Amino acid sequence: MARLLDVIREDLELTGTKEGCGEGECGACSVILNGKLVNSCLVPAVQAEGAELRTIEGVASDEQLHSVQESFLHCGGAQCGICTPGMVMAAVDLLKRCPHPDEAQIRDGLAGNLCRCTGYGKIVDSVAQAAERAIQVAEESRS
Amino acid sequence: MNPSLHIGHSRIRKEGRAKVTGEAQYTDDVRMEYMLYGVTVRSSVPRGILKGIEFGEGIPWDEFVIVTAKDVPGELNVALIERDQPFLALDRINHPEEPVVLLAHADRYLLEKARAAVHLDIEPLPPLFDLEESLACKEVIWGQDNLFKKILIEKGDVDSVWAGAAHVVEGEYKTGSQEQLYIEPNGAIAVANAEAGVTVWGSLQCPYYVHTALKALFNLPDDKVRVIQMETGGGFGGKEDYPSLIAGHAALLSLKAGGRPVKIVYDREEDMVATTKRHPSRTRIRSAFDAEGRLLALDIDFALDGGAYLTLSPVVLSRGAIHAGGPYRCPNTSIRARAAATNTPPHGAFRGFGAPQSLFAIERHMDVAAAQMGMDPIALRKQNLLRMGDATATGQIIKENVDLPGLLDHALEKLDYSAKKENHRIHNASLGPIKKGLGFAIFMHGCGFTGSGESYLASVAGVEGRADGKVHVLAASTEMGQGANTILSQVVAEVLKVPLEYVEVVRPDTALVPDSGPTVASRTTMVVGKLVQEAAIGLRQTLIQSGFLKVPYDGEGFSSAVKQYIAKNDHLKAYSQYNTPPQIVWDDQLYKGDAYTTFAWACYAAEVAVDTRTFEVKVEDFVAFQEVGRVLNPTLAEGQIEGGVAQGIGYGLSEQVVWSKGRMANGQMTNYIMATSMDIPRIRVYFEENPYPNGPGGAKGLGELPMDGPAPALLNAVQDALGTSAPREIPLTPERLMDLLDLMDFLEPSNV
Repeated sequence: MARLLDVIREDLELTGTKEGCGEGECGACSVILNGKLVNSCLVPAVQAEGAELRTIEGVASDEQLHSVQESFLHCGGAQCGICTPGMVMAAVDLLKRCPHPDEAQIRDGLAGNLCRCTGYGKIVDSVAQAAERAIQVAEESRS
Repeated sequence: MNPSLHIGHSRIRKEGRAKVTGEAQYTDDVRMEYMLYGVTVRSSVPRGILKGIEFGEGIPWDEFVIVTAKDVPGELNVALIERDQPFLALDRINHPEEPVVLLAHADRYLLEKARAAVHLDIEPLPPLFDLEESLACKEVIWGQDNLFKKILIEKGDVDSVWAGAAHVVEGEYKTGSQEQLYIEPNGAIAVANAEAGVTVWGSLQCPYYVHTALKALFNLPDDKVRVIQMETGGGFGGKEDYPSLIAGHAALLSLKAGGRPVKIVYDREEDMVATTKRHPSRTRIRSAFDAEGRLLALDIDFALDGGAYLTLSPVVLSRGAIHAGGPYRCPNTSIRARAAATNTPPHGAFRGFGAPQSLFAIERHMDVAAAQMGMDPIALRKQNLLRMGDATATGQIIKENVDLPGLLDHALEKLDYSAKKENHRIHNASLGPIKKGLGFAIFMHGCGFTGSGESYLASVAGVEGRADGKVHVLAASTEMGQGANTILSQVVAEVLKVPLEYVEVVRPDTALVPDSGPTVASRTTMVVGKLVQEAAIGLRQTLIQSGFLKVPYDGEGFSSAVKQYIAKNDHLKAYSQYNTPPQIVWDDQLYKGDAYTTFAWACYAAEVAVDTRTFEVKVEDFVAFQEVGRVLNPTLAEGQIEGGVAQGIGYGLSEQVVWSKGRMANGQMTNYIMATSMDIPRIRVYFEENPYPNGPGGAKGLGELPMDGPAPALLNAVQDALGTSAPREIPLTPERLMDLLDLMDFLEPSNV
């Protein structure tokens, strides 16, 4: 039975979504399906019929990086990069649900995504900075 | 005052944009026309004689490409230190994950069915799983005595000391295996045919290791084998030697498939179970101190379980043995080290490479000794820490002005040691179930290859001016997350005095880059960085002497000089080859002299809370204080330390490889427990900068250092929390701590 992950990587040729474990532990295959963050290795492809799917390829708009991607670059949130697409998806999802997270909320929001390189500190910083930027942008647009 | 343009600045990771957008191409992201998938059939029996291979019913075998040892055109064994590990078993089986048959097919699902339908007829032989049984030669499974390597380091005369010493303290310490657990599993794609030779794309750390192994496997000359590194999703040593096997397997299948590309990517379980892990260790220490706590003698017996084949065990043992005495001045030292065979998959490289094992033992032992002698562990360390002019166990005189007592003080200050100590005294006196403790470890890590390793390697790296006016860095050093691309670019851009975007690092490809050695041993920044620095100096000189580059210049001026030079001379390249710094002398036979050109130094301090109901050890605070020469890129350097500490915390507390008949029984992320974002605190990282004159911009190596300190610091903190020196084995899982405390009747009503 084809998994959503296989359809994304092989049929749609969107290889930004990664396979780290194939059993829903590492989160490298995280995508947003009908507005919810899921591990695409655990979703049977048939379940996604007619659904709205957002992968890492749909996060930046044209040449403009998403604020989460921008802050991962600046804060050192990406090292080897293999967990990064999933981590960015989890962060985008978190900031949508919770625009002003504190550190505990960020750590909780990323708990389903494993990173072996960073020890998570700089990923937490990246998400915090992205949230701050969003607040600044909102304030600037108000004033 | 001449401020640096790039050195010391947190430049953004060169390939960062491709990584945050998902555009970076990893091995499994590549698909080629007519590509087949490959899988490996493994022995499952730990030791025996291969009698036959049966291909079961219900599979259209004629559609499959099938390879066995008989199809190997050249050398059957992997060319590394010794040639003892076969690419495919011919008749002897030495561990339960021994590759025996390779299969390829375009249909991955059918391929899995076929893998299960291959039956191996193996006559079992008695296996050996226990390190002590191997040392005692209960069975002889390798060579004459099961020993891959033995080392003796001797200084003074330990036996002259015991009788007159005020204190003699003995202890035994054990460390478990550890899985590198890079999130991208191992994988390779190969195209092989008789005319063109072999080309491999893979997730790997050391392109030239693979190159060497494939040349022997196919009996081909240098230029008929090409190895290209794809974006690599973490290595940590786990992609140091094993990629030679996978690349060889994929290439053997491709050759038999008439040159069709073959991709082998392991799933998580196969990667965890079959590929290399950290060597388990056992260390016995006998130490003598005078009445003031001065170290008089250290007698250390250090043993590593190497698994079924020699692979890298001799060099892992070497680094472990040299670090076994810790950062201490000790007039009489004897270190006996042995790496022995067992019928498990070979253990290999993992960040730290033997040093985390032996440093765990000595740093844990110092706290055990302090407790036994009734001394404060800080005061005991300060009596004995190496200072400039002192000699290490191998007789290496410390020539740099290192201030280890200062490093210790600074780390403890940052942890707020005194205030926390007092708080804990009050907290632990109450009857609550949570006990708190503080612990630290002080240690060093040798930078670059051990002993004469760098001289033998004689690495070469270079830079090349391009027709577009940019400069390319030519090195075999691989980017695997640690930041090699960015650091090498910064070093070159600093020399050339140009913006960072004028420098690009060429993807390691043995057809394009020279052999700058493997990407291991904390050597890329310090050793290869120095080579590209020298090459860049040469390139700049050439441009100035040619008259095309006039000082002062800006980025555009430089770029146009490069273009003009190339228009006139076709190419602009400069290389540099490694030379051992002066006054570095090493004797490989006696194990005496300068084991490393320099060391990185550190003190790590931790606060833990131990729950005496669940036996969980929670890390509440962690300070990593180190001297790594000059820091070239603070964000990248901090990232290396934080990540290494996280792996070290796992090594100390949770990452247990469970063995069952020579096979890892918990080869899944579900039950092999690495830290999530919820499990570890913010790692607080501090650098003391002391520029090292032989490193580029004053840098030493730092990649492995953070792996060495966390485990002993955490177990020392548990000793402080519980008032018992019993924990001597890692990982200190809740189950293990419960058994230990049960044994001691720690939970007698009076203690609860």
